[in-house]
Amino acid sequence: MKSLEISLPGLFLKNPIMPASGCFGFGREYSGLYDLNQLGAIMIKATTLEPRFGNPTPRVAETTAGMLNAIGLQNPGLDRVLNEELTWLEQFDVPIIANVAGSLEEDYVEVAKEISKAKNVHALELNISCPNVKTGGIAFGTIPEVAKNLTKKVKEVSEVPVYVKLSPNVTNIVEMAKAVEDGGADGLTMINTLLGMRLDLKTAQPILANKSGGLSGPAIKPVAIRMIHDVSQHVSLPIIGMGGVQSAEDVMEYFYAGASAVAVGTANFVDPFVCPKIIEELPVLLQELGFDHISECTGRSWGKHEKLAYHRA
Amino acid sequence: MIKQELCTVVSQSQIAKDIYELTLSGELVREMNEPGQFVHLKTGGEFGPLLRRPISISSISKDTSEFTMIYRAEGKGTKLLSESSSGDFVDVLGPLGNGFPVEASEQGDTVLLVGGGIGVPPLYELSKRLTAAGFTVTHILGFQNKEAVFYEEYFNSLGETYIATADGSYGTAGFVTDVIANEGVKFDILYACGPTPMLRALETSYGKNKKVYLSLEERMGCGIGACFACVCHTADDPTGYTYKKVCSDGPVFKAGEVVL
Repeated sequence: MKSLEISLPGLFLKNPIMPASGCFGFGREYSGLYDLNQLGAIMIKATTLEPRFGNPTPRVAETTAGMLNAIGLQNPGLDRVLNEELTWLEQFDVPIIANVAGSLEEDYVEVAKEISKAKNVHALELNISCPNVKTGGIAFGTIPEVAKNLTKKVKEVSEVPVYVKLSPNVTNIVEMAKAVEDGGADGLTMINTLLGMRLDLKTAQPILANKSGGLSGPAIKPVAIRMIHDVSQHVSLPIIGMGGVQSAEDVMEYFYAGASAVAVGTANFVDPFVCPKIIEELPVLLQELGFDHISECTGRSWGKHEKLAYHRA
Repeated sequence: MIKQELCTVVSQSQIAKDIYELTLSGELVREMNEPGQFVHLKTGGEFGPLLRRPISISSISKDTSEFTMIYRAEGKGTKLLSESSSGDFVDVLGPLGNGFPVEASEQGDTVLLVGGGIGVPPLYELSKRLTAAGFTVTHILGFQNKEAVFYEEYFNSLGETYIATADGSYGTAGFVTDVIANEGVKFDILYACGPTPMLRALETSYGKNKKVYLSLEERMGCGIGACFACVCHTADDPTGYTYKKVCSDGPVFKAGEVVL
């Protein structure tokens, strides 16, 4: 489908739809349900240097039009992701975006250096915004100077373009975006989850064992749209947008806001077939709205309309 | 094979306090091959809660392409589900998980099924299959009180059935474990489903010298193993990195396999 092809740093996408990190594991479960070759890309679960078990359960709590999670970056560690998960994913003709996480700067650098060598990893997603780990993660994502330096360090070692995943848990997200742009980022992914909490009616205590967690789902979509709308007009980096995407209509809204591709997160849990459904519906919707190519939609909400040269494949 | 389908409500009725029996028909019944599996239901349509609700399958009828669930209408999602009636559609994902291994019962084994509360339903299909295969099956079913008891006569028709209630308002006063001890129930293999403290007590007492299979309950996100919401530690590495997912590795585990 030519009307959906997009080129971004490191990525040639046959369509701009990809499952978001943490909502798709390493693809194994979904591969039993549909052909993963249909996807534009796959953002794999966050990988840390050492294996992590993550937080105690309960790790999820439902909210109105959303969910809180505090998984805590559970993953089998760099070695097994490289030798088991990424090699398994090689059977698919889909670029992988590897989400890189850690507690210390050295961890990020080490994981980025090694994972970027994998032949199907076409880009990194630097996770400086996970709200569910005690050290690292979100600390790197809330102080502009720290985020900039980490981006710079990771860029020095990465063999593929680096997208930085921004946290919405900041006062000024444009400032954060500019900082990582200065640090040499090739793109942005946004937004990560919003910090939240739910309390149990009977015990009066938090439902999540971790107490707080990250809010995702349709409830956060307007927050993401506003942030992408603002950030996209102040940096010249392409943005992969995410937060509550459930339909082709939602995808269009993200493009209008300024995104160049869109990731689907929580909706995969509600409807495991949601990504292929959106990919099927998107060209029809595009045509209905009178567009020849999805790249024409990026940033249409901006006051002064501008097209970005690198969009069309 | 996991399918997603809009299944049709055949019937729905309240069978005990807050307990509903719901029968759906759909093609995905063809995929239901073991007792103890579950389905993930979207309740209340577009304006209902976001996430699906995992509910165990209590009986399967391949002849009519129907399956039945028994659930407690407690939260918003299950209350909405209890409002659906004959002819309505329910979005079903399933069947999910690994059920009870019927084949673990060997010729001559005496089988004991123990259920607690809303853990009782999946034992019904299991009991039907075991009795059809010629096994003698004893049931011990625990409930909070008399109003919460359901399916006693159904289980009675399949084998000896004891009821225990926590408040003593019906059957034996106390827990299912009290019944096993007081009645001197003999068995070679035990299948159980219910609250974690009950499963833990059964594992402690019988996990070492009997064949014991336990079906766990945990909050779930996706139900298919992708979101890592329902993980538990394995017994051979209780504080380490190895894990099992209740939804896709379970919900049924052999005693001693995971940390309860």
